[in-house]
Amino acid sequence: MSDQDSVISCHNLWKVFGPGRMPELTPTTTTEDLRASGHIAAVRNVSLSIKRGEMLVVMGLSGSGKSTLVRCFARLLDATSGAVMVEGRDIGAMTEPELIDLRRRKMGMVFQSFGLLPHRTALENVAFPLEMRGQDRSSRIARATEMLSLVGLNGREGYFPRELSGGQQQRVGIARSLAVEPDIWFLDEPFSALDPLIRREMQDEFLRLKAMVAKTIVFITHDFDEAIRLADRIAIMKDGAVEQCDTPERIVMAPATGYVAKFTSAIDRARVVRAGALARPSRGQSVDGAALPAQATLHEIARQVVSDPRPHLPVTAADGGFLGLMDRAEALDIILGPAA
Amino acid sequence: MTVVSLHPAPAAFDQRRTAQALLLLAALLTVGRNVLPEQLVRLPEAMVIPFAHWINAVFAFLRDDLGLMTLTRTFSDVVEFCLDVTANLLYGKARWPRVGPIPWVVIAATAATVGHALGGRRLSVLAGGTFVWIALMGQWQWAMETLSVIVVAAPFSVLLGLALGTLAWRFRAAEQILNPLLNIAQSLPHFAYMIPVVVFIGVGPKAGAIVTIIFSVPPMIRLTLLGLRSVPPEIIESGKMSGATRWQLMTRVRLPAARTELLIGVNQVIMQSLAMVVLASFIGMPGLGQKLLQLLQALKIGLSFEIGLTIVLLAILLDRMSKAWAHRQPVHHATDASWLKRHPHLAAWIVLTVFGFVLSALHPYFTEVERKQALSLAGPIDAGVDALLTVIAPVAEWLRWFLITWVLIPLRDAFLWLPTSAVLVFVAAIGWRVGGRRSALVCLSFAMPIALSGWWDRAMITVYMVTVSVVLAILIGVPLGLIAAAKPKRAERMLLLCDTMQTFPSFIYLIPVIMLFGVNDVAVIAAVVVFATVPILRYTIEGLRGVPPELVEAAEMSGASRGQMLRHVKLPLAVPTLLVGANQSIMFSLFMVIIAAFIGTQDLGQEMQRALSAADVGKGLVLGFAVAFIGLLADHILLTWSRDRVALLSSRSS
Ligand SMILES: Nc1ncnc2c1ncn2[C@@H]1O[C@H](COP(=O)(O)OP(=O)(O)OP(=O)(O)O)[C@@H](O)[C@H]1O
Ligand SMILES: [Mg+2]
Repeated sequence: MSDQDSVISCHNLWKVFGPGRMPELTPTTTTEDLRASGHIAAVRNVSLSIKRGEMLVVMGLSGSGKSTLVRCFARLLDATSGAVMVEGRDIGAMTEPELIDLRRRKMGMVFQSFGLLPHRTALENVAFPLEMRGQDRSSRIARATEMLSLVGLNGREGYFPRELSGGQQQRVGIARSLAVEPDIWFLDEPFSALDPLIRREMQDEFLRLKAMVAKTIVFITHDFDEAIRLADRIAIMKDGAVEQCDTPERIVMAPATGYVAKFTSAIDRARVVRAGALARPSRGQSVDGAALPAQATLHEIARQVVSDPRPHLPVTAADGGFLGLMDRAEALDIILGPAA
Repeated sequence: MTVVSLHPAPAAFDQRRTAQALLLLAALLTVGRNVLPEQLVRLPEAMVIPFAHWINAVFAFLRDDLGLMTLTRTFSDVVEFCLDVTANLLYGKARWPRVGPIPWVVIAATAATVGHALGGRRLSVLAGGTFVWIALMGQWQWAMETLSVIVVAAPFSVLLGLALGTLAWRFRAAEQILNPLLNIAQSLPHFAYMIPVVVFIGVGPKAGAIVTIIFSVPPMIRLTLLGLRSVPPEIIESGKMSGATRWQLMTRVRLPAARTELLIGVNQVIMQSLAMVVLASFIGMPGLGQKLLQLLQALKIGLSFEIGLTIVLLAILLDRMSKAWAHRQPVHHATDASWLKRHPHLAAWIVLTVFGFVLSALHPYFTEVERKQALSLAGPIDAGVDALLTVIAPVAEWLRWFLITWVLIPLRDAFLWLPTSAVLVFVAAIGWRVGGRRSALVCLSFAMPIALSGWWDRAMITVYMVTVSVVLAILIGVPLGLIAAAKPKRAERMLLLCDTMQTFPSFIYLIPVIMLFGVNDVAVIAAVVVFATVPILRYTIEGLRGVPPELVEAAEMSGASRGQMLRHVKLPLAVPTLLVGANQSIMFSLFMVIIAAFIGTQDLGQEMQRALSAADVGKGLVLGFAVAFIGLLADHILLTWSRDRVALLSSRSS
C-alpha cells in the first residue's frame, strides 16, 4: 500500500512528555533512556498507514499510549518527532486556519471522558461543531436533533450534561462527532460507559454507518469482542510502541511477539477465525455435499462442523466459487480447544 | 518510618543552630541597648531614604509630563457618565436619562424576584426585606448612593480583572509580573489606594467609584487565572476538534466552562466593592459610609446602629445572592413548556413591577419615604444602650484603665524601646528558623525598607497594636473554636456565623466598641480583636474538623482520654490550618488598625490619614508599603512554617 491511498499515515512517530531537553530519538532509544532524563515516551516510534474506508482498532493496556497516538493524528498534540500525514498532507506543517478547516470539514472525535460543554444542553452540544463553522441556526438544530435521535436520545435534547447518565453523555459525544459528517472519525473508547444492550445496538448502528459511508475510522477499545466485530485491522500497543498491526485473524493465529500472544491468549479463536482462512487448495481431491461460506467465523458454523462427519469440508468464496478444503480436525481444535 | 527521619536532617539542624545564634545576638543587642552606639538603636536621620520624594517625583512626571492625567480623566469621565445614569435611576439626580428615580417598591420587588430566582424563598425574603427596611427607615437616598457606585464599579472591576487574568493566563511573563504586584496589592491598606486617586481625580463619588474599581480588581484576576487553568483539557480538545478558532474557543468554551470560578470572582469583587465604598466616605463619597462616619464621630449610637444594620444586611444579601448565582447549575425545561413555565420569574417580575408603579402613582409614599415619615429605632436603642452602660460602665471603665495603664502603654513603650538593630536581627532569626537563608533574606528585605523609610516608630506602634490584638484574638478564638468543634452541629453553625461576619465591611465593627469604650486606644484594640478573632475561630474549627477520622479512631483504641486526644492528636494535626488562620488574622488586624486610626491612634494609620487629607501621594504610598511589608513579612513566616508542618506530617505518616 502506498501513501497515496492512505488517509492517515505516520512515520517514526514519537510523543515524549516531560520537561527540558530530551535525548536524541532514534529507533533504538528505549523507554529507560528517556526515563533516566525524566521523560515519558507515550508514543514510541510508531509507523502506521490507514486506508480510505478502513477501520483500525487500537488496543493495549491502560497507559500504553492509545489516546496519545490518536491525539497526535488529530494534532491535538504536536508530535515530538516524526510526521503525521492526513490525506497526503503533513498535519504538523499546516497553518492554524488550515487545521481548523480540516477539523471543521473532515474530522470527528469521541472523547474517552466525553468532553461535553457543561453549560450547553445536549442539543447545543451536538450543534456546537456546526455553530463553529457558521451554519445557520435552524439547519443546525435540525441536524443536531436528527443526530440525537440516531443515538436514541430523543426527548433529552434540553438536558444538560450534568443531568444525563454516563452512557447518555457518551452518546451525546458520539452524536456530536457525527454532526459534521466527518470522513475521518476518531473514537476513544466510545462505548465504554454503555450497558451491554445499548453497546450492542450502537455497534450494529456503527457497522451500518460504516457500510453506508466510507469513513476512515480509528477506534480505541479495551474490549476484544468489540474489536473483532468491528475491526479491519487491530494494532496492539505496549509502552507506546505498536507490537503488531494486522487483521484480527492474523493477530490471533500468528502473533508477532510473545506479548501479543499473551495479550490475545484469552480470546475465543473460533469467533475470530473465518472458514476462508483454513481453506487449503484441494490438490485434485474433490468433496461433494454442503459447502461452508468463507466469511463465516468458525463460531458461526460450529454446529455444522461438529455434526458433519467428512474429514475435509469444502469452502466457497463470497462469489460462490470453490475456494478450497478445510481440515475438519483443525477446525475442531479451534472450536473446542486442542485435545487434551 | 525510618530511623534516620527521627533525627533532624543536617540542613534542618544547621538552620536551627544559625537561628539560635541570631536570636542570641538579638537578645544581646536588646540587653545592651544602653551601651549601644546610637546608630544601632535608631537609624541615623542621614540614612533615611527619601522614598516619598521619589514617588512624588514619579507621580508628578506621570501626571504632568506623560499626560497620564488626560488618560485618567477620560476614564473617569466614562465612569462619571455611568454613575450619573445609575444615580438617576436609583435616587433621581436630575441628569440624563431623566427617568428616575425608580420607586422603592419596584426596586424591592425586583430584588425579591432575583432573590427567589437565585436562592428560593429565604433569599427572596432577605432581598425584599432588606430594601423594605431601607425604605421604611428613611435611608433610601444614602443606601442608593452607595449602591449606585457598586453597580458601576463592580462591572468595571470584573471586566478589568477578566482582561488582566486572561493576559496572565496567556503569557507567562504577564503572570510573573502580575503575581508579586497582586501580593502587594492585596496587602496594601485601603487608604493607600485612596491617596493617588485623590491626586489624579479629586474627591467625591467619582473618586470613590474609581478607588473601588482598583481595590476590587485583584481577586478577579486571581480567579480568572484559576478558572481558565482548571477547565478540563478534554473540554478544550473537544472544542478544538469542533473546529473552533482561538476566539471561539475562548468565548464559547473556556470562559463558560470556567463559569463557577469567574462568578466566585464576581462575588469577591462585589464584597470588596462594598467594603471600599463604605470607607470611601473618607474621600468624600456620599452614602451609608459617610453617614455612619458622621454619626460615629458625633457619638450618635442609635442612629449609627441603624445604618450599621443596613450595611450588614446589604453585605449578607450581596454575598448570598452572588454566591447563589455562582453555584447555580442550569436545569432543563420540558420541551413543550409554555413561555410562562419557562420564565416564571420574568413573568412574576413584570407583574410585580407594574403593580409597584401603579402603587407609586397612587401614593407618593411608595415612591419615596420622606424623612419625617420614616421609622426609627434610635430612641429605644439609645435608651437601651444608656441603661446597659450604666450597668457595665464601672466594669468597662476599670477595664479601660487597667488595659491602658498596665498593658497597652507598657507594651507600647517596650516596643518603642527596642533597638532597631535588635528587631532586624530577630526578624532574620525567625526567617532563618522557618526557611533558612532564603527566608531570612526575604524577611529582611521586607523589614529593612521600613527602617530606611524613617517611619520606624510609627510602624512599631502598629506592630504592637497588631501583636496585642492577635494574641488576644488567639486567646479567645482557639478555646471558642475548641468548644464549637466538639459537636458537628455546633461547628456548622459557628462556621456559618464566621462566614457571615467576614462579609461585613470592617467599619461595622467600630460601632459596638465605640458604644462600649468611647473613642480611644482600647476601643481600637477591641474592634481589632473582634475582627481578628473571626478567622482564628474559623480555622480552628476547620483544622480540628480536618483531622482524619482514622487517626482519631486509632487514638481512641489506644485509650487516649479526651484531653490527651486533643493535645497529642488533634491539635498537632490542626497546627498548619491554625497557622493559616493566624496569618489571616494578622492581615485583618493590620487593615483594621489602619482604618481605626480616625478614632485616635498614633501609628502608621494616623499618618496615613494625614497624608490623605494633604493628598500627599509619596508619604501615603510609603506608609502603605510599610503596612503591606509588615503583612507580607508575617505572611511569609507563617505560610512557610505551615507548609513545613504539612510536609512534616505527611512524610511521617507515609
Ligand atoms: N499531558 C501529559 N503529560 C504527561 N504525561 C502524559 C500526558 N498525557 C499522557 N501522558 C502519559 O502518557 C502515557 C500514555 O497515556 P495515554 O492516555 O495515551 O494512555 P491510554 O493508552 O489512552 O490509557 P487508557 O486506556 O487508560 O486511556 C501514560 O503513561 C500517561 O501517563
Ligand atoms: Mg486513553
